[in-house]
Amino acid sequence: MQVFSPVAVLFLKIAALAGVAAITVGATALYKFLPAPGGEVSPAQPIPFSHQHHVGDDGIDCRYCHYSVEKSSFAGIPATQVCMTCHSQLFTDAPVLAPLRESARTGQPLRWTRVHKLPGFVFFDHSIHVAKGVGCVECHGRVDKMPRIRRVASLEMQWCLGCHRDPAPHLRPPAEVFDLAAPRPGRDVQDGLMKTLHIASVRRLTDCSTCHR
Amino acid sequence: MKLSRRDFLKLSAASAALASAGCSAPREPIVPYAMQPEMTLPGVPRFYASAASFVGAAEGVLVESNTGRPTKVEGNAAHPGSLGATSVHGQASVLQLWDPERSQAPRRMRQPAAREQFESELNEALVRLEARRGAGLRVLTPTVVSPTLQSQLVELAARLPEARVHRWDPLNRDATHEGARLAFGRALEPIYRLEDSRAVLSLDCRFMEDEPGRLNYIRQYARSRSPKPQSMGRLYVLESAPSLAGAMADHCYAMPLAEIERWLLAFANAPAADRTMRAIADDLKKNRGLILAGEGLSPWAHALVYRLNHELGAPVALIDPIDPYPQPHAQSISDLAQAMHAGEVELLVIVEGNPGYDAPADLDFAAGLARVPLSVHLSLYDDETSARCTWHLPATHYLEHWSDARAFDGTAAIVQPLIAPLYGGVSPHEIVSLLLRRPQSGYESVRGRWKAIDWEAALRKGVVENTAFPPVKAALRTVALPTPKEPAAWSVRLVPDSSVLDGRFANNAWLQELPRPDTKITWGNAALISADSARQLEVESGDVLEINTHGATIHVPACVVPGHPEKSVTIALGYGRARAGRVGNGAGCDAYPLRLSDSLWSADATSIHKTGSRQALATTQNHARMEGRGHAKHIALADLIGQARAFEDETPEHSLYPAWPYDSYRWAMSINLNTCVGCNACTIACQAENNIPTVGKDEVIAGREMHWIRVDRYFEDRRTLFMPVPCMHCENAPCEYVCPVGAPVHDSEGLNLQVYNRCVGTRFCSQNCPYKVRRFNFLQYSKDDEPLKAQKNPEVTVRMRGVMEKCTYCLQRITRARIEADKENRRMRDGEVVTACQAACPAGAIVFGDLADEQSQVALAKRSPLKYDLLAELNTRPRTSYEGRVVNPNPELDNG
Repeated sequence: MQVFSPVAVLFLKIAALAGVAAITVGATALYKFLPAPGGEVSPAQPIPFSHQHHVGDDGIDCRYCHYSVEKSSFAGIPATQVCMTCHSQLFTDAPVLAPLRESARTGQPLRWTRVHKLPGFVFFDHSIHVAKGVGCVECHGRVDKMPRIRRVASLEMQWCLGCHRDPAPHLRPPAEVFDLAAPRPGRDVQDGLMKTLHIASVRRLTDCSTCHR
Repeated sequence: MKLSRRDFLKLSAASAALASAGCSAPREPIVPYAMQPEMTLPGVPRFYASAASFVGAAEGVLVESNTGRPTKVEGNAAHPGSLGATSVHGQASVLQLWDPERSQAPRRMRQPAAREQFESELNEALVRLEARRGAGLRVLTPTVVSPTLQSQLVELAARLPEARVHRWDPLNRDATHEGARLAFGRALEPIYRLEDSRAVLSLDCRFMEDEPGRLNYIRQYARSRSPKPQSMGRLYVLESAPSLAGAMADHCYAMPLAEIERWLLAFANAPAADRTMRAIADDLKKNRGLILAGEGLSPWAHALVYRLNHELGAPVALIDPIDPYPQPHAQSISDLAQAMHAGEVELLVIVEGNPGYDAPADLDFAAGLARVPLSVHLSLYDDETSARCTWHLPATHYLEHWSDARAFDGTAAIVQPLIAPLYGGVSPHEIVSLLLRRPQSGYESVRGRWKAIDWEAALRKGVVENTAFPPVKAALRTVALPTPKEPAAWSVRLVPDSSVLDGRFANNAWLQELPRPDTKITWGNAALISADSARQLEVESGDVLEINTHGATIHVPACVVPGHPEKSVTIALGYGRARAGRVGNGAGCDAYPLRLSDSLWSADATSIHKTGSRQALATTQNHARMEGRGHAKHIALADLIGQARAFEDETPEHSLYPAWPYDSYRWAMSINLNTCVGCNACTIACQAENNIPTVGKDEVIAGREMHWIRVDRYFEDRRTLFMPVPCMHCENAPCEYVCPVGAPVHDSEGLNLQVYNRCVGTRFCSQNCPYKVRRFNFLQYSKDDEPLKAQKNPEVTVRMRGVMEKCTYCLQRITRARIEADKENRRMRDGEVVTACQAACPAGAIVFGDLADEQSQVALAKRSPLKYDLLAELNTRPRTSYEGRVVNPNPELDNG
């Protein structure tokens, strides 16, 4: 004996399937609109610092401010006194620079908001990437065209592995590492760089221990 | 619709994120300097040379600073008191710096008070006392190893001739110095050259744990053990309490102190009468023998040993004591106590130390202190003494102040601060300068003392060149020898604890949880007793004993230790603290009530019996299950000669698992059991380096301690054998096969590693590990407490509850060396990666390196005839291997 008529059963089946589909579509849509796992792409900063102006217009080298990028895991954030090398003379009374002058006066550091954030169990080292021909632009994008700094890469493990699994297309000659506008060299140059820069094997580059400890 | 596992997880994560209502990652500030100090490079640690003093002399240290935070202590190879190694106390001292329970403010009558008020009160009293040329002013310090503080105290005595400076250090050198006074007419300190002797006789000398030259002596001992028939040394030990030297001895005889003194008398008078004595005497005569005497022996015994060494032409130099104080400490503090009881002391300034807790019991120091109208205690903690003083002042830690310190041989080193005082503490130099009424910073005092030297060079190198004391020529006098006293029915031997020393490190969780070398007890002490004596008293380990001496009674759990002298119990000092802090309070039992000023290291027991109650001992090695399986291998020197392999290789030839291809570095470690003395420096160095949490007494009892390298201890063949066990980094690792989520991984260089983020806590890996080196975070052991988190190594992940962890061969150090080498497009060189355990080891027993490099130290060690793998028959192919111990018994003697 049937409890439900065949039509009712069919209706229930369709309804159940529709439910599953709706949940999936809804969740997928929501996932797309959720904040990126790495946090805000372009958070507000205490001073609306423009890389476009400093790098693009003025042509200041990355390393003037990010002083430890070639020596340390940490690229370095300029001390107030570095900003003041110019801003003790230029834009000395611009209202947007009030926090900077306050910092220089009191000795209290500025508190910027981190844009590129990695989880605590990831140990990224700037110096080795720069030494091995990975240009700033590979991960940070054309900061010389960013009035306000924003994150262009997801910084997810998958994204890191994309390069670690096939580093060649991301390499450039060491002289062009800090040149944001220089185009990527051709594949033959990159293959040569794999040898001259002694890039480690893909097996080594994709070992968990390369980034996690 | 096909949903892959990865997509499914993404969707789950998305719904979870939805549930937390639109949260995004928290904003994280990034804070640069306002004014950048010169030479700073965030992300690159800097090392500063300094010196730390724990057992009456300095050990040179290089302190790692991560953006201004001292995080780790390494040894200074240029310093004679370190030779590159560190003691367990050196390693743990960085935790003491960050201890949240350090005293943080001056206190008057236990209430917070202002420093200005202290200074005005002190000045008022000083004005009054100065009118009387200082009569009524007393200063009490522990052993003063700082030449600057010594000269400040001399200046004080000159300014106020009626004032008196006293010494009390529970780990004093009274017997050694008084013995020299008998033998030579002046206090002298012997400096041993163990490596120049091929036959050393130690008479209860704890030269590997408590002597000022301990790290140097361990290194020398290790050098003398090279297993070659023409050069290998021999060590005879007579000991009244288990010691590292006793464990390492070729011949060890356990007997109470009084028996050792009787033995020595007989040995000096008629060595031919007894077979053992004759054999030892012959060996000493033939092989440039050297006799060491321990602090427990009477001054006359020391005097006798000085004479015997002279007759033997022993390699021992005599120097002036590094703290030239003319009186024995016991005498000095007795004088002070007497004066306090007589009401003659108006102002007492106690510069560090904790006499309210550790002064000899017969002096009733605490009651005397109550009669002093103005008493001041400068110390790191608001402790037992502080509570009884009018004023307590927080002291600066050695990583916070300027000072200087002498090594055991007199070599001076400048103590430089790594960080500004966390709690506005006062340094000993500053308080003495207040007494001199010429307030000065510690820097000014120290700089003033060392005007003539190259200051920068001394700071950089960590030693002041050419400051070792020259050897003294002293003529021997005739010493009247006493008739030795009859030993008591039962005696109690008091020893400094290997972890907390005299009690000053009681609030240090790393040291409390560090298994004591001989017993593997943590978080407390016990009455060590031999198996026969225990049977006689009908006690087992954990049974509480009541011990009565003349005038004191204590209760302490027994712990049966094979090889302990009969009719004697050994109790470590430094426990049962009342005001140590949350970590140290109530740990263990206080043995100081048994300690009298005329007998600092032993007490005659009037009775010892079982109380019927029991107390759990938190031991980390349930050794009964492993004993007798020959894990710690040893061989006699005579059997080794001519052997290509000392121990049979039990590794099966074939394996079911395919071999891993290794095309680059192959990291490996070799641990030399022949030189390892079991001091535990590796364990605690690893703890400091790798952010390893402590778990507490109850968790240790549950078997949940977290040490990544442990030191196993076996009692086999009438020997004590030590065996450090880190992860073996097996090539066929049993842990890797059983994990359902693939958390243990094998990297391309042979490291066996744990991916914390994958680990779900099944613990299958630990279950399948035959070496039991994996550690599980059963609870959230790593706390994020201020200011303790400042000690954490920024290069190592802090693990959370529910994940498995283990030794990584100091992956962060390999990575740092790799990055530096890669930047220069070269291979890492041998010796470029030094693991934390290797760096700390005073014996140099651990070598680490690349097996692919045939010339590397580790490859060399693996070709040694003494090499063997632990549990090789399981075919795990461990990368960590051992060199077995070689014993060198005297063929004339049967015990060995």
